[in-house]
Amino acid sequence: MPTVRVVVTLKPSLLDSAGRTVAQALQKMGYTEVEDVRIGKVIELTVADESRVAEMCDKLLANPVIEDYAIEQVTVAR
Amino acid sequence: MKVAVVRYPGSNCDQDAFHALTDDLGVKADYVWHEGTSLAGFDAVFVPGGFSYGDYLRCGAMAARAPIMEEVARFAKEGRPVLGACNGFQILCEAGLLPGALMQNIEQRFICDTVELQPVNRRSFWTAGVTRNIRLPIAHGEGRYVCDPDTLKRLQDDDRIAFRYAGHINGSTDDIAGVLNEQGNVLGLMPHPERATRAILGNTDGILVLQALCRELAAVEAR
Repeated sequence: MPTVRVVVTLKPSLLDSAGRTVAQALQKMGYTEVEDVRIGKVIELTVADESRVAEMCDKLLANPVIEDYAIEQVTVAR
Repeated sequence: MKVAVVRYPGSNCDQDAFHALTDDLGVKADYVWHEGTSLAGFDAVFVPGGFSYGDYLRCGAMAARAPIMEEVARFAKEGRPVLGACNGFQILCEAGLLPGALMQNIEQRFICDTVELQPVNRRSFWTAGVTRNIRLPIAHGEGRYVCDPDTLKRLQDDDRIAFRYAGHINGSTDDIAGVLNEQGNVLGLMPHPERATRAILGNTDGILVLQALCRELAAVEAR
């Protein structure tokens, strides 16, 4: 059965407060090259049929008001 | 006249809402399970706070897709009173019944406090009884209201900001604490009016908001 990976990210215009905290922590640890951190989500779905994954993203997995998503193929059905 | 208090797995302000409505406001109320498909016999909806579905995925995301929400959407469309407080606000936004979304507080801290609110809209039945700044409890980790600039302008121009925090509380856009839908019958707010309805709680300002239900429902009955 194919596994599909959905990567959900916050829209670039929105402040990622958790990402900002992680960026500050990395900078304090000496990783001064870090300028920004954005935290997203990875959702892996095992589906019998992948044709409706985008619809699932639109309806539940991502909130179009604040998030973008990308669908990646992980394994292909044999 | 009866108010439906919707219960989801993880709701935890449902009993507060029920008792505020029945004991302190004297209106009839009953619980409705989220898997229900009918709001027959009800005249208004209270979507309570809590952590529906454990806040998994996004706050309110799963609750917004529960079977009862089709009925809540019908109520919203028909102009009946719908109120969402805290997680209820998040659920109404996720359901698309209110614009925008609620994100993690800007300082990443859960805030449990009593805050001052300024009523902005003065025309909706929800806010008509709030003629001064009020103080209400808040208890949220994800209460930072966000929306795109066009939506914000629409909210401002159409007088749909119900309440603003009198100060910067959680990083909300324009310090928004509560918004109204286009018709003005759906109110979402992060503060908890149901936790401030009797003297023993130290605060009765919540009555000023919830009384709107009594007035509106009495008006409906008179029609």
